[in-house]
Amino acid sequence: MTVPTPRTNNGAAAGALLRAHRFRAIELIPWILAIAVYFLFPGYRLLATQILVLILFAISLDLIVGYAGIVSLGHAAFFGTGAYTAALLADAGWQEPISALALGAVTAGLLGWVSGWIILRTRELTLLMLTMALGIILYELAKDLDDITGGFDGINFENTAILGLFPFDVLYYTTNYWYAFAFLVLGFLVARTVVHAPFGRSLVGIRENVRRMHAIGTPVQQRMRHVYVIAAMIAGVAGAIWVQVQGNITIGVYEFEMSGNILIMLILGGTGRLYGAFIGVTVFTILENLTETVLGTDPPYWELVVGVALIVTVLFAPRGLLGVFDPLIRRFRERTP
Amino acid sequence: MTADLGPAVHENPVLETKGLCKNFGALVVARDIDFALEAGARHAVIGPNGAGKTTFVNLLTGALPPTGGSVLLDGLDIAGLAEHERVKRGLVRTFQINTLFNGLTVLENIYLTVAERMGVATGLFRPVGSRPEVVAEAERLVEMVQLQDDAGRTIDELPYGRQRLVEIAIALALEPRVLLLDEPSAGVPGAESHIILDAIAALPADIAIMIIEHDMDVVFRFAERITVLVSGAVLASGPPDEIAADERVRAVYLGHGHG
Amino acid sequence: MAAAFDIATTILVFGVAYAMLLFIISVGLSITMGLMGFVNLAHGAFAMVGGYITVKLVAPLGVPYLLALVIAFFLVAALGAVMDRLLYRHVYGRPELDQVLFTIGIVFVSVAGVSFVWGPDPQNILLPEILLGDVDLGFKNIPVYRAFMIVAGGVIVAALFFGLERTKIGAQVRAAVDNRRMAESCGIPTGRLFTIIFALGSGMAALGGGLGIQILGGLKPVFAFEYLVIFLIVVAVGGLGNIRGTFVAALLLGIIDFAGKYFLPEGGGFFIYGVTFIVLLWRPHGLLGKA
Repeated sequence: MTVPTPRTNNGAAAGALLRAHRFRAIELIPWILAIAVYFLFPGYRLLATQILVLILFAISLDLIVGYAGIVSLGHAAFFGTGAYTAALLADAGWQEPISALALGAVTAGLLGWVSGWIILRTRELTLLMLTMALGIILYELAKDLDDITGGFDGINFENTAILGLFPFDVLYYTTNYWYAFAFLVLGFLVARTVVHAPFGRSLVGIRENVRRMHAIGTPVQQRMRHVYVIAAMIAGVAGAIWVQVQGNITIGVYEFEMSGNILIMLILGGTGRLYGAFIGVTVFTILENLTETVLGTDPPYWELVVGVALIVTVLFAPRGLLGVFDPLIRRFRERTP
Repeated sequence: MTADLGPAVHENPVLETKGLCKNFGALVVARDIDFALEAGARHAVIGPNGAGKTTFVNLLTGALPPTGGSVLLDGLDIAGLAEHERVKRGLVRTFQINTLFNGLTVLENIYLTVAERMGVATGLFRPVGSRPEVVAEAERLVEMVQLQDDAGRTIDELPYGRQRLVEIAIALALEPRVLLLDEPSAGVPGAESHIILDAIAALPADIAIMIIEHDMDVVFRFAERITVLVSGAVLASGPPDEIAADERVRAVYLGHGHG
Repeated sequence: MAAAFDIATTILVFGVAYAMLLFIISVGLSITMGLMGFVNLAHGAFAMVGGYITVKLVAPLGVPYLLALVIAFFLVAALGAVMDRLLYRHVYGRPELDQVLFTIGIVFVSVAGVSFVWGPDPQNILLPEILLGDVDLGFKNIPVYRAFMIVAGGVIVAALFFGLERTKIGAQVRAAVDNRRMAESCGIPTGRLFTIIFALGSGMAALGGGLGIQILGGLKPVFAFEYLVIFLIVVAVGGLGNIRGTFVAALLLGIIDFAGKYFLPEGGGFFIYGVTFIVLLWRPHGLLGKA
């Protein structure tokens, strides 16, 4: 053993900052699990695929909520826009899935740019209202334009095989699973790169203290707009995959419930740590399914469970499920210099 | 006596205000303030509580929009510049009450600032670790205020006095030309305040410094010029001995034993 | 000409009746948000519970409608006070995200609770004879129920303004909304004050829930979610903690909503959201909110 250095000194702190972006072995766990699930539970691939997509969606939300501290109750606006872009393109004959997905990211990103320009001038409750209003406006719009959007009944559409090689399979979810998996990896890597870049650090600064950020010369609004667009694009990709793997879209993609649930999942898992999205979405979705299969949907036991879980989380574990382990980790670190 | 105390005395002020006013409804918090700060100045602004000193700082930095009058930096009206743009032009402040990133470490606090000043904070792809020179600069600043043993602690783990030093280090990290210090030793226990004052005394001579301070010992030791604000208006402005001798200042301020 | 006048009065009557309902339910929310800076997404749940209590008192138990409303008011006010003391207290002053989640949690529990107790089916109310039919205004017949809604709303608005301007509690509330710290240092017990306000606000919401069952098209367990947005919008557009503002916003949004749905049955629903967007852009702190 070398001479133990206290973890608080300058060199150690600088080392931590310089090495923060490096991959750790433990980060492989969720990916190994995701691969294993495909082979171990072939009957649950639909559910597992949905979980992968929702994780991507939650990661995009984490960028703005967990990192930049922008609380949004309307993130489904971007999810739905990406989804409708991909679906309507396919419906109109543009059936190549990856380019449709990319265009979904673009339209969602544009919506993020325009709405962010407006919404991010405001703060706190007003900001919350405006994010919510945007989501609801789009939902109402989609509902009224049901001859285009298919309304509650939805539209069925088909995509050509991915890269011309792997056709979508809505029965066994083979290709579909790997399609979602691949874009989750990609989206995660983008998000992870961004948060470990100086840009991502400055988002944390905005979350921690906006006044100070102004005073160190940060164009705060501009930076928030940038992350808002990035998050919108990733959410758009998630939305596109969500409908592509099912071959069907309804206005449910714009529903307030979508925005609310994804926020809840993220918070349950823990914000500002990317991996919180993995835990939160997985636990939430599996529990929801279990509850509804075992106890049924009437009376709504699941709502009761979620409600109680939220209240308990806020009161006793405000940093989410992953946050529960923080004190343990800290104690562990302090004992082993 | 007041005739020669106006801004006319100054030749090339870096920072100047002309007729600066601010009202909140019927409440006037800044009344027609003329003020000038030359390069390398050591200028104290004093006044009783509620005189509008922090408001004045907020008007200078752009955190508050003025109701009337103008703020000039290098002779140019900066009314159209947002707070962060003024920082980029070298106008930097500290806060009366610590305004830091409480959940981040000391080094991260400084790092964010350095990254912003060096213009790398917009970088989306290269990780923090790929630019060791930015981190090294942050380390250097941490050492400058002698916080190297606390560099890895979060702000909320530090005693208030040492948090105060982080305020100063952040201001220095921005390489200011004009530095507005809002009661830098406020809230610091007496035994530790000398660390702050030493840090201020060691600031580069060419920085124009405006300091708001209640402690008269500090004011008279540090300032080459003093402006007295009362009820949002300039009551007097001049060299320390003149201010100390000014009857009106004694009456409204020094006499009340605010030091 | 006569037709245009007829349409205009119809919109006005129905719009104002709806606006009164929005005001009665939202005003408590506005004050709690303004006073404690507390984002209470569960406010609609109190209205929902009030509605259910009213329905169940009237139909199976045969309690007169007006008496049922009063009982619902007091029961839910008491519930509000208890919730404030037991639960809400812990999240005051916490980050708004925590408050959002916590109160959404309460909405979920209330939705589940209502379904457990009263089932998932939509409920409607048997209005007393006296509120059915039309009333003749000389130039026009309007439904008694809407007229009653407007009158009841007017009485409540007047009582509220009187209470705020003339009573000690009213003065304390105004002081606390204006500057809480200052009010506390003047010896106003803001904690207890808030429990009272919270109870009153919850009671008002319950009253609105009971009064509005007909206008809102019946009660379902998802009521607390469905109408949450509109109550929040009224508060945001009016300006937090500003009772006059809430009233103006309720009138504006109530009339616009009805007019939108009247002229454009297919797409009038999102008019109010557009208006909200514009108002909040123009005045981020609401029409009469303080900066």
